[in-house]
Amino acid sequence: MSQDGRILKFEIFRYNPQKKDDTPRMVPYEVTETPGMSIFIALNEIREQQDSSLQFDFICRAGMCGSCGMVINGKPDLACRTLTSKFKDGHITLLPLPGFELIGDLSVNTGKFMQAMSERVESWIHDVNADNMNFNKLEERMDPDIMDEVYGLERCIECGCCVSACATKRMRPDFLSAVGFMRLGRFYLDPRDKRTDEEFYEIMGDDDGIFGCMTLLGCEDHCPKNLPLQTQIAFLRRRMAMVK
Amino acid sequence: MNIIYTDSLIIGGGLAGLRVAIAAKQRGYDSLILSLMPAKRSQSAAAQGGMQASLGACAKGEGDDEDVHFEDTVKGSDWGCDQDVARMFVNTAPKAIRELSAWGVPWSRVRGGDEEIIVNGNKETITEKHEAHGLITARNYGGTQKWRTCFTADGTGHTMLYAMGNKAMQMKIPVHERKEAIALIHEDGVCYGAVVRDLINGELIAYIAKATTIATGGYGRLYADSTNAVISEGIGCAIALETGIATLGNMEAVQFHPTGILPMGLLASEGCRGDGGMLLDKNMHRFMPDYEPDKKELASRDVVSRRMIEHMRKGKGAQSPYGEHLWLDITFLGRKHIEKNLREFKEICEYFLGIDPVSEYIPVRPIQHYAMGGVRTKVTGESPTLKGLFSAGEAACWDLHGFNRLGGNSVAETVVAGMIVGEFVADYCAVNSLNISTNTIEHFVNIEQKKIGDLLTRKYGENPFKLRAQMQKIMMDNVGIFRNASDLEQAVEALKVLNQRAKTVALQNKISSSNPELVAAIRVPKMIKLAQCVAYGAMLRTESRGAHAREDFPERNDRDWLKRTLTSWPDDDADLPEVTYEALDVMKMELPPDNRGYGVDNTIGHPDTEKREAQIKEIKKANKKADRFEMQALLNPIPIPEKFKGKNERIGRGYK
Repeated sequence: MSQDGRILKFEIFRYNPQKKDDTPRMVPYEVTETPGMSIFIALNEIREQQDSSLQFDFICRAGMCGSCGMVINGKPDLACRTLTSKFKDGHITLLPLPGFELIGDLSVNTGKFMQAMSERVESWIHDVNADNMNFNKLEERMDPDIMDEVYGLERCIECGCCVSACATKRMRPDFLSAVGFMRLGRFYLDPRDKRTDEEFYEIMGDDDGIFGCMTLLGCEDHCPKNLPLQTQIAFLRRRMAMVK
Repeated sequence: MNIIYTDSLIIGGGLAGLRVAIAAKQRGYDSLILSLMPAKRSQSAAAQGGMQASLGACAKGEGDDEDVHFEDTVKGSDWGCDQDVARMFVNTAPKAIRELSAWGVPWSRVRGGDEEIIVNGNKETITEKHEAHGLITARNYGGTQKWRTCFTADGTGHTMLYAMGNKAMQMKIPVHERKEAIALIHEDGVCYGAVVRDLINGELIAYIAKATTIATGGYGRLYADSTNAVISEGIGCAIALETGIATLGNMEAVQFHPTGILPMGLLASEGCRGDGGMLLDKNMHRFMPDYEPDKKELASRDVVSRRMIEHMRKGKGAQSPYGEHLWLDITFLGRKHIEKNLREFKEICEYFLGIDPVSEYIPVRPIQHYAMGGVRTKVTGESPTLKGLFSAGEAACWDLHGFNRLGGNSVAETVVAGMIVGEFVADYCAVNSLNISTNTIEHFVNIEQKKIGDLLTRKYGENPFKLRAQMQKIMMDNVGIFRNASDLEQAVEALKVLNQRAKTVALQNKISSSNPELVAAIRVPKMIKLAQCVAYGAMLRTESRGAHAREDFPERNDRDWLKRTLTSWPDDDADLPEVTYEALDVMKMELPPDNRGYGVDNTIGHPDTEKREAQIKEIKKANKKADRFEMQALLNPIPIPEKFKGKNERIGRGYK
């Protein structure tokens, strides 16, 4: 439980690449803790009361939109749903997610990365009939269990924590990363997507794809949605290894 | 000057904006979307419980069709909605959901055979038909006669948004991220696009288009406590208002969701109550049946929210460090159901409260959730006063929801309006050419450039964050669930003062590029104007209708108030908007005003109601052989685009 009234000590990465002569540095801030306080609340308080130039991204502030990934005391996580009470000594260090273009301070351009990822894996249903469908007719029947499973994989919110936690990505700048494999796994499972194994192989059958993963489990350990990333990666790798 | 040209400019990359862009692009017109952030992070993703469409495939949805959905929607709106729009909407919703299925939404499906459900706190077994196995299923929601809310667990908005975003990407529709439209460009009553600020480098860009669509979502952040995303600040509506030409509709119609979770104001999906969840007071007594013995927790949202406040006012609320609240109990749904169909909600409870809803109760109270009001449009989605300006989704007052929106009708509106309005946008692009001089464009860019320059050079002045917080408090305290003349008058006066103060904002951080304080400084005066529209409209409307509940005027007054509020701001120096009204024509209603069926009926009737009822009786008598489609055409002919005229098939019923 949160200890009402204690002083939280923040160390926050500051750097604005838009500003000439600005240099990266860590800046300390103090905030008085309130009941149920999250990093979302604390950061807004710092911006509104102490330093109006502090940059960070929040949108839904409910753990659903994936905007607020940052490195919190050394671990990538969603800031909106990280409660300050979690940190016994009241020290909280915040850094932007590595592996993405920095916009400023804690704000990174995950959008640009995710757009490129989605285009690369062609993140849509491949079915020539989908555009000529007759929407007045009964929809195509789907196995209820498979649809539930597809949802289980589609829960990914593109926060980027898996990318930041991935050592392969650090070595291979074009590594597709767990978020990309998750997306491919989602379409691979979906009977509405008519792509063949060979077509999937074209997308991920190399060292920047499924064969590059070193299974260090950083993605799995840090996925805020607890998605089965390593299981999916192992599954896809096995399927792709069987493509002639 | 940086100018970007396109056919169809869409401001907002949520479900409505994406679908409008897709529609225009399908017809061969270039579409370009502006978004404050990556489109897949839009507020649409936060829609949890589902989307209403009368597919009627599941056992409890049997017998459902467009007519039943229409009746629920009109009743839910407290007869404030536009019935032509409601008709177009209910007829198109099944098509929208099937299209999204083909585009990849993993809708939860019917499982043939026996299934255990919770109704009214008791276990019941229902039998799903084997012939419906694998079709899209639905859950129960408030204010509906059938189980009509289609879903993917409680992440429906997320899966819809991803499917729609993916489709737009496949069609190569550009989304310009981290761009904010701060003013509309218009000349001689025609809109030609927007002045847009790049949120990273601060550059102003003119986006010029034949048709401009505002799809920026709601204005929940005018309130201190809202379920809405922090970007739901109503800026799209505000830039329409600031043209002085476009009008906003029913701005005072603001919905409070019964189950906001304390202390953060996060949403507990209506799916919780739809699936059988109950509301308890401090004595663990289930109180809703005492007030609404028929619909109980599944009365319309406005009704449940008011009953909760009423109950707390009787001293029945539980106390906590975060304030007074009631309890939401879903424990009896069982772990399996919760982990499958309410898993996102479970995650919220675990992370934010450290509570497992399988075994513990959740602290809830009503908080701001949805804006029925917005940019007033015709049925085509176009502003009746500013040509070439369209709007769709929560940002619009297309007027599907009147004074109260049904749960599950908002994501449904975004995609259905996207489809229908998108066709009209394409029609508009087909017959209109761009006819605007660079002088005009420059004029509008210069105005914004000067305003920003003033903000960056003013030495002393108001703090934008403080102004925003003061506005949010006024709205919360004085323009909330229950309203009265004295509170509203106070709010209107206090907001006038804030409006003046917002003219002299000064910044501490004086840089023009990426700068959160500058963003707030640009938005706050716009938000205060919107708040004034809400408060002033609420003060003037001396009746209670849907979510607008006046303690001093408790009756719904059809005689004097069966009309839509229109707000505009023609004189920028004025300290109040201009308000006019647009009467709803009872003689054209398919469903004339009636009792909604909650509490005591104290409606003051409209003089035309009986006349229209008699007329409908006559029409029905004279056309005894007409089927339901022919009858609807007789009672309520609607201008629906050709594409969407087809009848919808249902299992066991065909196209009847």
